[in-house]
Amino acid sequence: MHSKTITELSMALGRGEFSSEELTRYYLDRISRFNAALNTFITVTPDIALGAARKADERIRLGKAGPLTGIPIAQKDIFCSNGVKTTCGSKMLDNFVSPYDASVIERFSQAGAVMVGKTNMDEFAMGSSNETSYYGPVRNPWDSDRVPGGSSGGSAAAVAGRLVPGATGTDTGGSIRQPASFCGVTGLKPTYGLVSRYGMIAFASSLDQAGPFARTAEDCALLLSTMAGFDARDSTSIDLQIPDYRAGLGKPLAGLRIGLPTEYFGEGFDPGVIEAIEQALTVYEALGCELKEIHLPNLPLSVPVYYVVAPAECSSNLARYDGVRFGHRCEDPCDLEDMYKRSRGEGFGAEVKRRVMIGTYTLSAGYYDAYYLKAQKIRRLISDDFRRAFQDVDVIMGPTSPTTAFRLGDKMDDPITMYLSDINTIAVNLAGLPGLSIPAGLVQGLPVGLQIIGNYFTEQSLLNLADHFQRETDWHARVPQGFE
Amino acid sequence: MPLNTEDVKKIAHLARLAIKEEDVHLYVKNLSDILNFAEQMNGVDTQGVTPMAHPQDATQRLREDKVTEPDQRERFQHIAPATESGLYLVPRVIE
Amino acid sequence: MQWEPVIGLEIHAQLATRSKIFSSASTAYGAAPNTQACAVDLGLPGVLPVLNRNAVRMAIKLGLAIGATVVTHSVFARKNYFYPDLPKGYQISQYELPVVKGGHLRIEPDGEVAQEVGVTRAHLEEDAGKSLHEDFHGLSGIDLNRAGTPLLEIVSEPDMRSAAQAVAYMKKLHTLVRYLEICDGNMQEGSFRCDANVSVRKKGQTTFGIRAEIKNLNSFRYVERAINYEIERQADVLEAGGKVVQETRLYDSQRDETRPMRSKEEANDYRYFPDPDLLPVEITAELIEELRLELPELPDEKRQRFVADYALSSYDAGILTASREMADYFEKTLEHSAVQPKLAANWMMGELSALLNKQAMSIVDSPIGPERLGGLLKRIADQTISGKIAKQVFESMWAVDETADEIIEARGLKQITDRSTIETLIDEVINASSQQLEQYRAGKDKVFGYFVGQVMRRSKGKANPAQVNEILRRKLKE
Repeated sequence: MHSKTITELSMALGRGEFSSEELTRYYLDRISRFNAALNTFITVTPDIALGAARKADERIRLGKAGPLTGIPIAQKDIFCSNGVKTTCGSKMLDNFVSPYDASVIERFSQAGAVMVGKTNMDEFAMGSSNETSYYGPVRNPWDSDRVPGGSSGGSAAAVAGRLVPGATGTDTGGSIRQPASFCGVTGLKPTYGLVSRYGMIAFASSLDQAGPFARTAEDCALLLSTMAGFDARDSTSIDLQIPDYRAGLGKPLAGLRIGLPTEYFGEGFDPGVIEAIEQALTVYEALGCELKEIHLPNLPLSVPVYYVVAPAECSSNLARYDGVRFGHRCEDPCDLEDMYKRSRGEGFGAEVKRRVMIGTYTLSAGYYDAYYLKAQKIRRLISDDFRRAFQDVDVIMGPTSPTTAFRLGDKMDDPITMYLSDINTIAVNLAGLPGLSIPAGLVQGLPVGLQIIGNYFTEQSLLNLADHFQRETDWHARVPQGFE
Repeated sequence: MPLNTEDVKKIAHLARLAIKEEDVHLYVKNLSDILNFAEQMNGVDTQGVTPMAHPQDATQRLREDKVTEPDQRERFQHIAPATESGLYLVPRVIE
Repeated sequence: MQWEPVIGLEIHAQLATRSKIFSSASTAYGAAPNTQACAVDLGLPGVLPVLNRNAVRMAIKLGLAIGATVVTHSVFARKNYFYPDLPKGYQISQYELPVVKGGHLRIEPDGEVAQEVGVTRAHLEEDAGKSLHEDFHGLSGIDLNRAGTPLLEIVSEPDMRSAAQAVAYMKKLHTLVRYLEICDGNMQEGSFRCDANVSVRKKGQTTFGIRAEIKNLNSFRYVERAINYEIERQADVLEAGGKVVQETRLYDSQRDETRPMRSKEEANDYRYFPDPDLLPVEITAELIEELRLELPELPDEKRQRFVADYALSSYDAGILTASREMADYFEKTLEHSAVQPKLAANWMMGELSALLNKQAMSIVDSPIGPERLGGLLKRIADQTISGKIAKQVFESMWAVDETADEIIEARGLKQITDRSTIETLIDEVINASSQQLEQYRAGKDKVFGYFVGQVMRRSKGKANPAQVNEILRRKLKE
């Protein structure tokens, strides 16, 4: 069963080959077998899952099923889920049982999907390796000594290890695409505003965007069709007609212009990765695409800009964790200030504290212009680079990450090198563009991700490009050893 | 180093974060590294560039003035650290 | 040494919307603690703000009413600070680009010349919750029902030079927001609050002194007292060769003094930045025009019209237009009676106001409506009753729901103006008082009053006094 894609499982359920309850039990069993080793889930929800599975079976019986009805899905633990512990990977929320559902959660349950649990993640999505989680690091199914990437490492690893056929993630600076790349799965970060942020615990509000993980682009299309859509509760949600993303697959690619930014193939990149990407590009050439070298001159600045903008927003977004209305409160505080400082000092981990402090500093009197305002101006320049580029090309491609999955602990004591591993993904968030990562090879047994970046709201063609590639190659079908 | 121990303590206070004395020097180093790293931005000429606060240049959508939220105090206070007679309890507030 | 106070006011007007500025929870006052604090108001993880259309419209109306610029592209910013009644750890407010810029109000402080007070800006923001200090075994209780209530903060220029001017400005704004129906103006409930920035400087000095900000002034009287106290305090400090420190002070109405706020001791660094959850607010010229047409007749216009159309003194017109309800009552009374406006004005400012004040009633719940008052005034005008009788009738009308005519009829209070009837009355009196007649004829003029009194008594006060005098004089000479 676990070798089937969502699309295949959906058809099998429709044909009655097995029930959603059987399917759900099967995956719950796989989770209990492998989770100890991978640490992909913070919370597993068997009762909720089986309840939803039985409802789904009823729906299927009545012929009221949609493509996701009865399909087990893992939710990143950043999405508030009514009555279920929602931690965001932080001790601060270790005792937080959400009293409401995030829009994304609502949409999946309306579609009849079966939530099997909440996946592990970097604390408040701040990290590129999943090592900042209060619940311990997630292990990469391809090599348990290596990180799965972050911040959505739990979801990526769960899909890679076939513990679920699909999962959700969020991407603020690469948190979907980089783990997808490290774990050899398909992950899509949609255009900012396509998926509602309501109930998605905020890290950096102007950058955060939710998206799907699955093994194939076709499955991601199915998941996105459910996740995307206008939500009146999110002022930044875009009100537009959501296409059936899967129906858009199969369109021929001939004549499509692919831009290759020189900056995405710069130094410091693993030659093996570059080689794999160049191999992958030949597939598109064979499909009639035209490769063009382009320039995104301000791209190298995206990392410093991001590490000013994101911390500034997070320093304010995380101020609500004060021990008053929910979350961690320190033992018998002697006064208000003591309650604030110890509750937050104990509740937040080192990386979160670093970013909150950086943000507090760069917004404070006398530094605002030099840091925050300057960063927001360069952010405009970076986004203008893309605008210019998309006048000459239809999509942009390059490696999702400069390297394959690195070793646990390798970068933990050096924030800057950790930040630099996001060099290829961050600019996309600053501009609010859609980006996708697909398995495009293996280097020393570790997956390499090809990133495809499109213009605003071109998810359809990104998925189509990815789908074509997956018809020509089988990288997405490779299974890490021990998870076959 | 753009920051010294005192700066870090001031920032930690502004952010209401208790940090262990023995960790202060580490934060001084980490935060200074990040700020030095951000210095790259100074090289860029941003004369006349409009700051970009949002990915889309859309404008704010307005909500109808309707009351639709029911009272959920019990649900909400169920997850609160300390409440009494419907109020959230905190150490004495001094004005 | 002569000290000149310099005063600027920041007035917080709670906007009269049904729901909160960024959530759909109710703004109704007085609900049980935290029963009107929804997920958004509580700042639960993951929630997002969506702006209330009505709050924006109300802010624009105020802008138009004070001749300000309505900013067509305004931005919401976060003001970051930690306080238990501030759930998100930041207040959504407006900083660099407020919705209203500029504008002015004309004030006429009692016994001072009229003047213009400049308005710097007015911006939209969310109110905070309340900290209740009555002792919960050493702890404070937080009620977040008020959190997220829309506020319009109206910031004046430092144009005022006395507490009286400050109060006049505050009253003028209070009248205006109620005319516009954007704020109920209820100060006891905190719907209309004031912070005062006060500094003093040597007479003739052009630069400003160091100011203190006095918080928490929720009545006109407190504003006046607090400012006067603060002016004296600062003058004393300076006289003694000391320095005024820039600080936030709290007015203590029990002690009638201001003292530094401990919670605000540390210099705050609010780290304002544009709220990434909210997009810039676009206000179209069309909307501005639409709202301009919705504006009611404003206090100043109404007052001028009352002076011009009803020949009232500016003072009377001022009192009658102090509230829309008062002015409407006055004009309805005239419709129903068509009497001299001055007569209606006197009765409203006299008898009516007196009884209303005595019973702490507002004009809208007056037991005597404009129609019945008009009916009474008609009878005074056409001499059916004297002013003296009218007062009795008015008091009965207050108690029972009857028209003036019904009461006059039932109690036979109609004035006697028939000559012969009056003459008979007078003859009876003269015949019955030969002794007094002697004295009068002997030149004791003041006995005249005795005769008048007797006649009025016999007529039960109904005889027309003018006629009584005239006839009596003639008869006594005979």
